[in-house]
Amino acid sequence: MKELIYFIKKEFLHIFRDSKSLIILFGLPIIQIILFGFALTNEITNVDFAVYDNSKSHTSQRLINKINATDFFTLQAYITNPDKMEEALISNSVKFVLVIDSDFAQSYPQGKQGKIQLLLDASDPNIATNIRAYLNNIITDFSQEEFPSLEKSDFMTVKMFYNPQVKSAYLFIPGLMAFILTLISAFMTSITLTREKELGNMEILLISPLKPYQIIVGKVIPYAILSIINIANILLLGKFVFGMPLNGSLLLLSLESLLFLLNSLALGILISSFTNSRQVAMMVALAGLLLPTMLLSGFIFPVSNMPKVLQYFSQVIPATHFITILKGIMIKGIGISYLIKETSILALLTLLFISISIKKFNVRLDK
Amino acid sequence: MIIKVENLVKKFGDFTAVDKISFQVPKGEIFGFLGANGAGKTTAIKMLCGLSKPTSGSANIAGYDLVSQSEQVKLNIGYMSQKFSLYDDLTIGENIDFYGGLYRLKGLELRQKKDAILRELGLVKQRKDLVKSLPLGWKQKLAFSVATIHEPKILFLDEPTSGVDPITRRKFWEIIIATANQGITIFITTHYLDEAEYCDRISIMVNGKIIALDSPANLKAKLNVKTTAEIFAKLTR
Repeated sequence: MKELIYFIKKEFLHIFRDSKSLIILFGLPIIQIILFGFALTNEITNVDFAVYDNSKSHTSQRLINKINATDFFTLQAYITNPDKMEEALISNSVKFVLVIDSDFAQSYPQGKQGKIQLLLDASDPNIATNIRAYLNNIITDFSQEEFPSLEKSDFMTVKMFYNPQVKSAYLFIPGLMAFILTLISAFMTSITLTREKELGNMEILLISPLKPYQIIVGKVIPYAILSIINIANILLLGKFVFGMPLNGSLLLLSLESLLFLLNSLALGILISSFTNSRQVAMMVALAGLLLPTMLLSGFIFPVSNMPKVLQYFSQVIPATHFITILKGIMIKGIGISYLIKETSILALLTLLFISISIKKFNVRLDK
Repeated sequence: MIIKVENLVKKFGDFTAVDKISFQVPKGEIFGFLGANGAGKTTAIKMLCGLSKPTSGSANIAGYDLVSQSEQVKLNIGYMSQKFSLYDDLTIGENIDFYGGLYRLKGLELRQKKDAILRELGLVKQRKDLVKSLPLGWKQKLAFSVATIHEPKILFLDEPTSGVDPITRRKFWEIIIATANQGITIFITTHYLDEAEYCDRISIMVNGKIIALDSPANLKAKLNVKTTAEIFAKLTR
């Protein structure tokens, strides 16, 4: 067993001596958190808007004040000439214009429709959707406060469950955990294993008293440790910087993460068993693992919006199930009984990858 | 006899790479394993090192059965190929530590062995330099020392000198001969025919079979030729 410790020590030396590895292992996760957390956000704050108020009544003023008083929207201008409305949108000075009808104060309390119009810049659909949803809530609130006698059915009431503020951290923290685990455990592992083969050291290791499984274990353990450190980092940053909740069990979360870690390591080993070249391993891991994890797993784009073919494909991407599990545990606080399907799929995929790699590795040994 | 090989066969599907070879090598001998590319010598050496399972036949390496006692076999053999096993991004000292550790050398034993290697190669001051910075000839010497760090009974050398200049090659052979004089058996494959002269005995492999096995002098006399290159030319024509 002692030789395994020497082997793991050597692997850490490789990692700490290679600046590129260090950047991927420690720099990239932090850059990603900053990017997703602060830059690439769909959350809306301080969105500028204009008002074209034909009613000029106390009622309309109260509505405008209510909208302006939120963190989300900032009143930029009153428009008096209807021809200027589109100009305001085109010049990008405001994201939407609220048009209030002249008989708003009289007709709205009677439940008449179409007294408020929203002119919305939908060139960025995600933001437009969010603005609409927020405004809808504010106007609903307003109506209930001002005119309690109005029938509830006159306006839609929306209540957001689990993520009432529609925070994007809820979306990107689970996605990022899946991505980082795939990056370190699958991508880096496949490269480090093919490196030994490419440089001709694999033969020496196989001739040495190390057993084949010890070579694999020794190779993957450092990356497993670094993955766990990174996951802990993401969880802590998520909680204390982005307010990501952990409503479910931490133990379950850790166990599911370990399962996904094992899955990623198996994938890394599998890729390296098909090729002797680092370049090839890198391309396969990038195109076959990292891109699907990023684009097709529900990390950035919702799976349900994809074409049917891609939806089926997303089911064989382990990250899809892992992200569902993470969201369930962290946001909804659900237990294992609601996650049996996803967990079993993940476990099955892991078993499949491990058994193929063992088979491939044995075949290689016999060449 | 430190190596005993009996009817060793390796088949890949219908193709027989090694076809029933049998030979024996006594302790301390330099045994040259010659043959053209594709004659089966790499497959044979891989089987003897435990990298590849024989299809049939048996071999006894350093007193242990190749298949059933592979762990013991591994601890008693060393291996070096043309791709030096050293890690470029590790220092000289770290490379020695790694291979010593791999072969289960204990703390004190490993330190003494490491000091001895560094002194012998005159690299004491450079022990904290990356292997990357060493010239090829030094790398080769270090790789050789590292391959023998656990004092193996047999050292397998798979074309260790290919791609190396003639002077470095000669110096390398001096080390090989000195090692054999310490009682370590050397099993070497090469395609430099002049190197066969350094061997105590050579075997020549063609199409997976050993067609000749004797000392270079005997073979030359038998075939009535002057150089080992001519032996080869005559036998493989």
